[in-house]
Amino acid sequence: MSTDSNTNFVGKAPSRVEGPKKVTGAAKYSAEFDVPDLAYGYVVSSPIAKGKIKKIHADKVLSLPGVLHVFSHENVPSLAWFDRNYKDDIAPGGSPFRPLHDDQIKFSMQPVALVVAETFELARYAASVLTVDYEQQKHETDIESKRNDGSEPGRGKTGYMPPARREDADKGLDQAEHRIRHEYIHGAQHHNPMEMFGATVHYHPDGKLTVYDKTQGVYNCQQYITKIFGLSKDEARVVNLYMGGGFGSGLRPQYELFLSVLAALELKRSVRVTLTRQQMFSFGHRPHTLQTLEMGTGPDGALLGLKHYALHETSRFEEYTENVVNWSGMLYQCPRTYLSYEVAPLDVYTPIDMRAPGAATGSFALEVAMDEMAYEAGLDPLEFRRRNYAEEDQNKKAPFSSKKLREAYDEGARRFGWDKRPMEPRSMREGNKLVGWGVAGGVWDASMQKAAAKATITADGKLTVASAAGENGTGTYTIMTQIAAETLGLPMEAVTFKLGDTTLPEAPVQGGSWTAASVGSAVKSTCEALGEKLLKLAQKMDDSPLQDAKFEDVEFVNGHIRLRKEPEQSVILRDVLQVSGEREIEADSSAMPNPLNMQKYSMHSHNVVFAEVKVDEELGTVHVSRVVNVVAAGRILNQKTARSQVLGSVVWGISMALMEETVMDHRYGRYMNHNYAEYHVPTNADIRDIEVHFVEEEDPHVNPLGVKGIGEVGLLGVAAAITNAVYHATGKRVRALPIYIDKLL
Amino acid sequence: MSTVSTPSSADGQLRPPVPTAPVTLRINGETHTLDLAPWTSLLDALREYAGLTGTKKGCDHGQCGACTVLVDGKRINSCLTLAVLQEGADITTIEGLGSEHQLHPLQQAFIDHDAFQCGYCTPGQICSAQGLINEGKAHSEDEIRELMSGNICRCGAYVGILAAVKEVVDAKTASKQ
Amino acid sequence: MKPFTLTRAESVEAAVRDFTGYQEAAFIGGGTNILDLMKENVAEPTHLIGLNKLPLNKIEATADGGLRLGATATNADTAWNPEVQQRYPLLSQAILAGASPQLRNMATNGGNLMQRTRCYYFYDTATPCNKREPGSGCAAIGGYNRIHAILGASDKCIATHPSDMCVALAALEAVVHVRSKDGERQIKFEDFHRLPGDEPQRDNTLEPGELIVALELPKQGFAKNFSYLKLRDRQSYAFALVSVAVGLELEGSTIKTARLALGGVAHKPWRDQDAEALLEGQPATEETFKKAADKVLKGAKGQGINDFKIELAKRAIVRALKQAAAGEHKAADIFTNSNP
Repeated sequence: MSTDSNTNFVGKAPSRVEGPKKVTGAAKYSAEFDVPDLAYGYVVSSPIAKGKIKKIHADKVLSLPGVLHVFSHENVPSLAWFDRNYKDDIAPGGSPFRPLHDDQIKFSMQPVALVVAETFELARYAASVLTVDYEQQKHETDIESKRNDGSEPGRGKTGYMPPARREDADKGLDQAEHRIRHEYIHGAQHHNPMEMFGATVHYHPDGKLTVYDKTQGVYNCQQYITKIFGLSKDEARVVNLYMGGGFGSGLRPQYELFLSVLAALELKRSVRVTLTRQQMFSFGHRPHTLQTLEMGTGPDGALLGLKHYALHETSRFEEYTENVVNWSGMLYQCPRTYLSYEVAPLDVYTPIDMRAPGAATGSFALEVAMDEMAYEAGLDPLEFRRRNYAEEDQNKKAPFSSKKLREAYDEGARRFGWDKRPMEPRSMREGNKLVGWGVAGGVWDASMQKAAAKATITADGKLTVASAAGENGTGTYTIMTQIAAETLGLPMEAVTFKLGDTTLPEAPVQGGSWTAASVGSAVKSTCEALGEKLLKLAQKMDDSPLQDAKFEDVEFVNGHIRLRKEPEQSVILRDVLQVSGEREIEADSSAMPNPLNMQKYSMHSHNVVFAEVKVDEELGTVHVSRVVNVVAAGRILNQKTARSQVLGSVVWGISMALMEETVMDHRYGRYMNHNYAEYHVPTNADIRDIEVHFVEEEDPHVNPLGVKGIGEVGLLGVAAAITNAVYHATGKRVRALPIYIDKLL
Repeated sequence: MSTVSTPSSADGQLRPPVPTAPVTLRINGETHTLDLAPWTSLLDALREYAGLTGTKKGCDHGQCGACTVLVDGKRINSCLTLAVLQEGADITTIEGLGSEHQLHPLQQAFIDHDAFQCGYCTPGQICSAQGLINEGKAHSEDEIRELMSGNICRCGAYVGILAAVKEVVDAKTASKQ
Repeated sequence: MKPFTLTRAESVEAAVRDFTGYQEAAFIGGGTNILDLMKENVAEPTHLIGLNKLPLNKIEATADGGLRLGATATNADTAWNPEVQQRYPLLSQAILAGASPQLRNMATNGGNLMQRTRCYYFYDTATPCNKREPGSGCAAIGGYNRIHAILGASDKCIATHPSDMCVALAALEAVVHVRSKDGERQIKFEDFHRLPGDEPQRDNTLEPGELIVALELPKQGFAKNFSYLKLRDRQSYAFALVSVAVGLELEGSTIKTARLALGGVAHKPWRDQDAEALLEGQPATEETFKKAADKVLKGAKGQGINDFKIELAKRAIVRALKQAAAGEHKAADIFTNSNP
């Protein structure tokens, strides 16, 4: 792009375009749409983890004036029969949970009834007095009891890659001079976005529905309800303009969607169903995971062998998988690896992807083990990583499309002051606190999915671009506006980006860090298609200086179309529109990954995290006083929102390291700290200095925009860096998260 | 195998819902007369009865701060008070602080410092920050962190929140001197 | 939440008079705990008596040099009250270590005493709990009991009292003034909360219909040598695993008067007068402090997951006593000790 451009936005740091709406309360979330004649549903949850519903005594609560209906398996009308109708795009292998389908209880807090009433308060009250009789059966919920009962999962879930195996790892380990072998554990975690799941179903007089649902994928939800309830797409529009956080919990349709649509269709009335914070613990979670890492090095610190084994829970009805161990085959150079991954079914709800699924987990174990190995081999932990730098993806046996992790190491070490770190644990103090520094990092997929978009420009020069992507805080509105404005040389104020609506062109679910690449590429290509049309119109103008220009010869800058080589040869875009006489001009296009490049290259983002902790050894308290997170993830579209995503990831990592765990009482098969007071996530007081830096990569292979996505990569290594820093501070190696006070006493 | 019934304390006697009555609330300087039963929280009154959905429900139990509003200038969790108990009080919600085209300094600072991601905790954070400013107890970064800790942000925008609140606190302090 | 009727009392007399005649009446001050419990179907009153119009929100000096805290004064107004900050910084800091600014703006002094436990099982009606439903059993025993009691528990209940403010009030020997339709009486703070014994459903010694009208602080505020140390799972907005309130009066380096109370460890704020006696007359040294700590935890019993709290409490006592003896905490250091 030319240097005189005022319409270059990509890579800059504009504020969020939807900011004014969010800070004034004008942004509408799914449970906030004002629809006429609204009834309220309240979910009744199972107190037991396994068994049968014997009887639901609905009569009593139905006698309360204002209570409209009690939906349960006893009265749900006949719906689609086949499992496949309930399968959403993100469903793993197995048989999806069907709310109110039969009398079987498969997990604690399973929804067993929906009470619908004229007001929220009445529905809540009626739900609290609805008597339900259960026949309780023996349940199993503890993964610890399944240590020897895991099995290799099938390939049921999109994106799951069975671990690659290489040469005999034991042989490598036998040759090693230094060896370690340890087990690493973390408990279940729940996404707990601030907004609770909720849906407002607007039942229109013609029987059609507009469903405002909290979801990371409106198309996924539309497909789900149309298949189950036998609706046409025209009869079920799904909308989600703002999502109060998702982190993976909204990848799959949650049961408020099924229940609210069911109630609206049956009652022929608009219905709102919102889950409680307690019920936010009743569906998918990051699974409780047990991992064992074994590695050995030669005299020069080269990894000779590595084994990584992971086991986690899944439900009885679906086989949830995530890529936990694969990263250990590609983050470092190691010729001999053995990666093994198993799951075991329990009487819990199916886990669901939670920010950097598998990688947050796997990188924690791998990166703490790497620290242990470095100490065993007597090497600085960063130097040890440099010595085992992976020049190519050994899992795939392919070169990286780009990888600036080494530059990230350099940049991070410099910013953090790593060279001043004494190797010896317990060697730094500040007052009565021990100080420790740790390092860790990770690798995440740079993915892209097919996405479509539509662009319309009107005679007044206003551009509207649309794609049914999601906005859950990632900055979608903003980066798409930047891309569209830059592609057509318009000010950002002239561009409106629309998303989250099944009347718009299809976009993939918002996850996997692929929205920027997928939807961004679609937006770019659509705006280019519109640009071609505009060029043709410009060429029809009298004495057009662009008469013979090809599309490649022109650029859209500062509201003009001009020749790249002779910028003074230009036309004003608005004149083109006005002279053309067209009221509006439209284009649509889509983008999809390049299969050739995908085959040829390994496409990944990387990061490295440096953390400082201060530990009061007597009292066991840990403060994370400083974090530097350097991310190499291709091109950064918006420095401001990207930084925020990585800052948030660091907060997540601190949370994972120090406080986050959903604890189950296995006698009841029930999570006991199922509220926001006892499930701890950081407060403002827990967060100190965090520095984020991007080492940008020029990557012509990964996608047309050269972006890799930054929603998950920033989380990797944070918990491990903190754990390693705690070791450096105290000499105590914690291998089970979170590092509560008692683990350091 | 055993049989369980819930609710275990159900005595079989249903309580009839308590009838609604007009409740007059002064919200953002305007008088709203709403038909409410005693069991309606201030939060539900705002969101479901007065149509003011800027105030958010993040837990409904005083554990997150998303529902923070100002009552007589003091920040409170609107989920843990009843609307009827606030008759006669001056209630300010996010809608009363500023609007899209006339942003309050805190709202502008939150945008400038990217002090939010999903935006769901944001109205509560901003009302809380206004309450903090009214209290006048927080000046240093540590004090602001601690006194903004009643507002959870799951996106983890705390660095930006601190910067935004600090900027406005500092500007207030400077203007007083 | 069950249906209930509500009246807003205009006077104390009207409030206590209104208590009778309902199946189950309850007072509501700030509402921060009772509404939470009502939404969880743990508290199910049929009638609420609103207290926020009562003229009980004053903080004023008493004739004998103490301070009287109105029952409906908010926790925030109490903590930031200049008299409280200067003369009873221990109380101010304990209050500010608890909850959040918003909750402290709502919660009243009387209500703080009436807070119920945060036991997970008490809150979850799907599990047994003797406190919620006498006779149903205690699920915390043998369950997830990280936040549970190590002192004074019974085989019926191992819940803890969650307040920070009350720990300071115990150390300061506050007196609780209560009113009923039969008149007014005073309850010594140590007699206000009770141990679970066989009746864990009873948190305190109030009789039905009695209303807290004030808390009275005696003259001695330990403003020079005090500490409120709170340990928890995150830096703010979390309940104490263990907290320690200390007030000392020193003569040179000798302890003349000692007050020591713990939070998060028992069904009530745990004041140990034997340990106080052991400290008094002794030099303010680590050795003395350790003896006192051992004394406090002598009868402690862990429940498995919370075993660590015994050692943590000992160390916290020693640290808090050291801090108090050193006089290193100033009234202005409002947050330094709430996230050590």
